[in-house]
Amino acid sequence: MSAHPLASIREVGRYALFVGRLLAETPRALLRPGLVVQQVYNAGALSLVIVMLSGLFVGMVLGLQGFDLLERFGSEESLGTAAALGLVKELGPVVTALLFAGRAGTALASEIGLMRATDQLAAMEMMAVDPVRRVVVPRFLGGVISMPLLAAIFSLIGIFGAQLVGVQMMGVDPGQFWSQMRGAVEQADVMEGVIKSMVFGLSCSAIAVYEGFHAAPTAEGVGRATTRTVVLSSVMVLLLDYMLTAVLL
Amino acid sequence: MRSNKAMEIGTGLFVLLGFAALFFLVTQITSREVGFGERSYRIGAAFEQVGGLKPGAPVSMSGVTVGRVESIGYDFDTYQAEVVLRIEARYDRIPDDSDAAIYTAGLLGGQYVGIGPGGSETFLQDGDRIEFTQSAIVLENLISKFLFSRAEEAGAEEME
Amino acid sequence: MDSTARDERIVEVTGVRYAAGERVIFDGLDLNVRRGSVTAVMGPSGTGKTTLLRLISGQASPAAGSVRVFGRELAGQSRAEVYAMRRRMGMLFQQGALLTDLDVYENVAFPLREHARLPEALVRMMVLTRLEAVGLRGAARLMPWELSGGMARRVALARAIVMDPELLIYDEPFVGLDPISMGVVLRLIRELNDTLGITSIVVSHDVEEIAKVADQAWLLSGGRVVASGAPRELLASEDPPVRQFMRGLADGPVPFHYPAASLRDELFGEGP
Repeated sequence: MSAHPLASIREVGRYALFVGRLLAETPRALLRPGLVVQQVYNAGALSLVIVMLSGLFVGMVLGLQGFDLLERFGSEESLGTAAALGLVKELGPVVTALLFAGRAGTALASEIGLMRATDQLAAMEMMAVDPVRRVVVPRFLGGVISMPLLAAIFSLIGIFGAQLVGVQMMGVDPGQFWSQMRGAVEQADVMEGVIKSMVFGLSCSAIAVYEGFHAAPTAEGVGRATTRTVVLSSVMVLLLDYMLTAVLL
Repeated sequence: MRSNKAMEIGTGLFVLLGFAALFFLVTQITSREVGFGERSYRIGAAFEQVGGLKPGAPVSMSGVTVGRVESIGYDFDTYQAEVVLRIEARYDRIPDDSDAAIYTAGLLGGQYVGIGPGGSETFLQDGDRIEFTQSAIVLENLISKFLFSRAEEAGAEEME
Repeated sequence: MDSTARDERIVEVTGVRYAAGERVIFDGLDLNVRRGSVTAVMGPSGTGKTTLLRLISGQASPAAGSVRVFGRELAGQSRAEVYAMRRRMGMLFQQGALLTDLDVYENVAFPLREHARLPEALVRMMVLTRLEAVGLRGAARLMPWELSGGMARRVALARAIVMDPELLIYDEPFVGLDPISMGVVLRLIRELNDTLGITSIVVSHDVEEIAKVADQAWLLSGGRVVASGAPRELLASEDPPVRQFMRGLADGPVPFHYPAASLRDELFGEGP
């Protein structure tokens, strides 16, 4: 991001130290579950509609494309398997993380950035309240908790979307659709998706709160923080996805 | 703080929905069924060739899934593959002279174990073995056999 | 600590040097605040008034010199010790800095809830008396965005005094206020100082306003104190930098022109 290579290295170091601080404060933050629950609401419950809608449409597209592809090999009944594997292992975690970065990540970054710009964080410091502990960590944890749940909901709705198109519209046998899926999808596949979404949740939330917390205390600074949040999160998710796939496959 | 109640309900709904989805994915989409742990019994079988059979593959009788392949090992005493089948407890009347064979579901599908019932009056118990087994058909062997026989035929024709 | 004279000085800044990067902000700053007084810190923009508050509250530490608050040297204190010290002071930020997701009542209750587990009835009593003191008990359930600038600052003031501080710091409390709100804030500064028996530091460049309430004023310029004394004395001073600032003259020791080559050279010269 920065022109000077040393500055980029320093930025990475600052990120790592910040994440370390977040993790170190996590046990203490869990002693006040009310604050975390509120952030689960902000990051998770408020993202539910967009995640469910997207899951449905992604699943339906998978149903159409998958049917068209599999029909060429005469194995339409594998549509359930193809859709489930695609959603559970890849599309669920990745698309959810991208949606999360756009919906919850930007909200987090701008909220914290605005608190910085309006001296709210400094005011907490002056009231002898650690803003990292009181503001940043609960928001970080809210994101971390929400992401795997959102991804699971996305995948599940996506499978039903694929079923809707494949079975109701294209005429794939419903018994074949489900039984082939059950025969081929293993618990390890589901776990792969869960691990991915946990890692994505960690990195997306960390990026959002970092950018917000370190935003320049001006309107422009807050705007830049939200933009950086989306760009960094998206790149990070795709990069991590490749690495995790290589490791977990 | 004002919409406290709405917030709590929304959060609760979200968390429950998330865990329900996760539970559904783990139990309903995957091959391992719930409640399969205790209420089942084990049967051993030795095969010449298991081909692409994997643990978790279905065990079926006349197309009905009655159990799963639990493990596959190699026995150096008999030089055969040792397969352990886990049969659901409610299928407790499989004759002890039944035979087991490894089949392929469709041309490119996964492999499974099919049990053909025998005529005995005594049934398989936990720890028993199926004596009559038929190995997996390996496609390459089939093809090479076919090509070999064609070559033989051609050779025979030339001889004439 | 050692003598009563020392004890009188709740804040004592001696020989402080502070630089932000290349820019030297303070060089040999000496200043002190007497217990029970309203002390004004004045100066042109960019003289580091806000930096001084950061030094006093332990958010920044000087490169040289010493800052003593409540008789204790700040340098070398742990985070916990600094936090313990901050509980004895309250600070009013320029725009109030109310927490946007909490209503007025919860904003004032915030320090209580963070630092002590008090029964709700006691919290209620403490919050409502503070809101009454700033005249906003009726606004307890409003959200910060429903408040005017003056009201927001009064709520922030109620929050600053809810923990019964010994020292109250105001950072530019008059900026952007209409004359009525300004009068209200001025009155509150004096009243709270006298009735609660606390010490107040007011950072401002509103000379006329601050002269009405301050017992003591320090005029900063160029990284050091150029004058100090009762506001009336400063107003009467004939010292050029003091005169320029107190009277609001456009030109003087602080030049009207940013340093540049002469206009004639720049217009008709050989080019840059």
